[in-house]
Amino acid sequence: MRRGRARVPAAVLLIAPSLVVMTALFAWPLVVGVGQAFSGPDGPTLAYARRMLDDPYFWPAVRNTALLVVVLIPIQFAFALTMALLLRERPRFAGAHFYVWVVPLAISDLAAGLVWLSVFADRGYLNSVLEHVGAGGYAWLSYENTTTMFLAVVVAELWRSTSLVLVIVVAGLQGVPKDYDEAASVFGATYWQRLRHVVLPQLRPSLQVALILRTILALETFAVAQALTGRSLPLLVGETYQWYNVLQNPNVATAIALVVLAVSMLAAVGYLRLLRDRTVTR
Amino acid sequence: MSAVTVQNLVKTYASGGRRATDDVSLEVADGEFLVLVGPSGCGKTTLLRMVAGLETPDSGRVSIGGRDVTDLPARERGLSMVFQSYAIFPHMRVRQNIGFGLTMRKVPRDEFDRRVARAAELLRLTDYLDRYPAQLSGGQRQRVAVARAIVVDAAVLLMDEPLSNLDALLRLQFRAELKRIVSQLGTTTLYVTHDQAEAMSLGDRVAVMRDGRVAQLGPPLSVYDRPSDRFVGGFLGSPPMNFLTARVRDGLLAIGDASLPAPDQLSTWDGRDVVVGVRAENIQVSAQARPGWLPARVEVVEPTGAALLLTVRLGDEQLKVQAPTTFQATPDQPLHLYAPQDSLRFYDPETSLALPLTSPSAASSPSPVTSPSP
Amino acid sequence: MSRRRRWHRAAVQAACVAITLFMGVPIYLIALAALSSRESLNRFPLPLLPTDPSTETMSTFLSSTGVTGGFLNSLTVGLGTVALALLVGVPGGYAVARYAFRGRDTYQLFLLLTRALPIVVLSVPLARVFLDTGLYDTTYAVMLLHTALALPTTVLITAAIFVGVPHEQEEAAMIFGASPPQAFLRVVAPQALPGIAAAAMFAFMLSWNEVLGATVLTLNQRTLPAQVLTTLADSPLAYRFAGGLALVLPALVFIAVMRRYLLNMWGTTLR
Repeated sequence: MRRGRARVPAAVLLIAPSLVVMTALFAWPLVVGVGQAFSGPDGPTLAYARRMLDDPYFWPAVRNTALLVVVLIPIQFAFALTMALLLRERPRFAGAHFYVWVVPLAISDLAAGLVWLSVFADRGYLNSVLEHVGAGGYAWLSYENTTTMFLAVVVAELWRSTSLVLVIVVAGLQGVPKDYDEAASVFGATYWQRLRHVVLPQLRPSLQVALILRTILALETFAVAQALTGRSLPLLVGETYQWYNVLQNPNVATAIALVVLAVSMLAAVGYLRLLRDRTVTR
Repeated sequence: MSAVTVQNLVKTYASGGRRATDDVSLEVADGEFLVLVGPSGCGKTTLLRMVAGLETPDSGRVSIGGRDVTDLPARERGLSMVFQSYAIFPHMRVRQNIGFGLTMRKVPRDEFDRRVARAAELLRLTDYLDRYPAQLSGGQRQRVAVARAIVVDAAVLLMDEPLSNLDALLRLQFRAELKRIVSQLGTTTLYVTHDQAEAMSLGDRVAVMRDGRVAQLGPPLSVYDRPSDRFVGGFLGSPPMNFLTARVRDGLLAIGDASLPAPDQLSTWDGRDVVVGVRAENIQVSAQARPGWLPARVEVVEPTGAALLLTVRLGDEQLKVQAPTTFQATPDQPLHLYAPQDSLRFYDPETSLALPLTSPSAASSPSPVTSPSP
Repeated sequence: MSRRRRWHRAAVQAACVAITLFMGVPIYLIALAALSSRESLNRFPLPLLPTDPSTETMSTFLSSTGVTGGFLNSLTVGLGTVALALLVGVPGGYAVARYAFRGRDTYQLFLLLTRALPIVVLSVPLARVFLDTGLYDTTYAVMLLHTALALPTTVLITAAIFVGVPHEQEEAAMIFGASPPQAFLRVVAPQALPGIAAAAMFAFMLSWNEVLGATVLTLNQRTLPAQVLTTLADSPLAYRFAGGLALVLPALVFIAVMRRYLLNMWGTTLR
């Protein structure tokens, strides 16, 4: 008991620095932020919130962000699952394929935007290829062509951020013992049956983590759109940047940031409720 | 060399609630090899780790060589240990692994080399000194762990199931080797195992533990021969001791329809049930009926090579009987059993404790838990 | 059956190649663009093969205002982030791996929760805080923000690494005369080193890539991505392509070095 009790302080001592840093850099700014958004020179105010809501860019930004999440996430998960299942078939050069597929893990959203800018720019590579084959070019990123602009952002984000889902799914698949899969195939299950009834249910925890993480990160999409379209395709976090850096109004910027936070939290809680693991509660 | 004394050790893990060791006291004499044996969760490893200084007891004392070490960290207790997982360091060569304790004690270079060489020779590791553990077989890693433990010449050697990760054949070989090495060194040794055969073969004395307590402590053969309660009888020995219920009546012991003369020991139990314990190898078998033999029926026949192991039905009870390989047995065949009276052990059906050898009126009879002195 | 099998293998192979092209070709294109001369970038259609490679575009980019400074700032912030995150995070990871202390689950949950906080929510109020404390527009400010972002992962990665070094080895070291710090340094640290290096690279990469916070917290002391972002609107395409390549190159090296740890880092520890 003597040293047994002394052991608890040892652990506390070890985690204390990280707790202090995290509190100072997470909790404190959060409190300051709420203050910034909701109090003006004359006490509590909703003026900044109202100003945010009245801004002509705000609702398009909300719509675009929501649309991006709704379109991107399902495609991305289907894509990542396909990649992971392909790797499970042990193709030739699996190592090389995997390397190329995960490189974007370390590529920033800004860099990804610039990479795809070289493709989608008016005088970029996509139009060059079209020109080579004789088809006419197209102004993919023009503010007049909202749809293609939006799709360009989706493609760039798909390219950049699917690797995160892939890595989580591959790690999850490694945790699925081959026995189950083999047992199922011994009992005559087809590939799709095995996938549906054996592999996917066991991947549920990994997929849930990936889904929460990716949704939150997709809500923060910013630099890709910034690099590809400037402010032509407003997104919520992009608006924060705009209000802070260009319009020099930190209060409204914080108000938008808090909206992003609230939506993130809602999404996380929603997923957790929706995907609650029934094998545990049973 | 030094004796290890453990007094009233109590340890409760935060997660368990139940006591891992419950007021355990025992003494390992100087130079003695004491084996702690018991099923998993009986507290034997916890006890060993408290002696080592890797766990802190809630209460109680540990002393080594007369010195109270209860509050000393492991490194100041002057002992050495072999771990179940070996815990040899994968990033060091065998030489550095064996000499780790010497490095920590800042032993000079030439002495380091000499002592490591001697330990390596003793464990036949001389050719492997410059390898890394990953390049060794399981048995060789085990030897490294033992060499590391003996090279420091500690006063007390602790071993936590050192053979349990070896395969059956290797385990048998190394058991004998371990016994030889330890008896050569003469170090006071505390050895934990769940394998009763290991306990029997290695220990000067064995302590059979159950539920955090020492159920019985004594030389292996006497513990085997006179288990102090049904648990010990059932745990030590393979097959375990047979237990059957009998009724004492008019100087006779009635087992099912048959009866045997009851020993004097049972004189005060007239009219009550007792549990009779008897080892498989103490039961004689015969195909013919003989006076005083009990009729029974064969259920299963298992040849073990050296003997025949019979599962036999006697009334409502099932017994394991060891018969010579020459005995012709087939399932369902009737046979007759006899056990000499001095091979029978008697237990109280309520407490499961052994009945005292003399009649209970001699109140000074020793409690079955206390040990005969080594 | 065997023909079906062969067809199946071929389909898998083809799908893999197609995906690899989708993932790899853009990287080839940005490299092609950044390594073309300004004159060939102005041509249309753009050549799809490196017909006249030139370092002109890259060197123009590197010599533009703020790029060298941004590069140095990125380096400073990255290294500082690594040092701080390890200094604060490794003990935490060790505690999570070794001690069954009360509140350990809460601590881990807290770390995971912080990952869910959008950077933007932190950055703008932090700018206020740093303005008040005089840290605004310094590399230290960015360093602190990046440390906070890297810390949860650092703790969780290092915890996974320390769990991989059996506790019995430390106990053995202590039985044979080592003090707890000696046991850590002689037995645990050498085995944990590669993993800790991986955690360090992760922190560096995170810092190297982070744009928004770095932009919000600085005016003059921009990191490289912040510099590129804030000058984006007024710069020619060539500058943007060169900036893109400069930001992508470290990623190629990073992933090549870290392949062994990727699954651990992004995969399992995120649970």
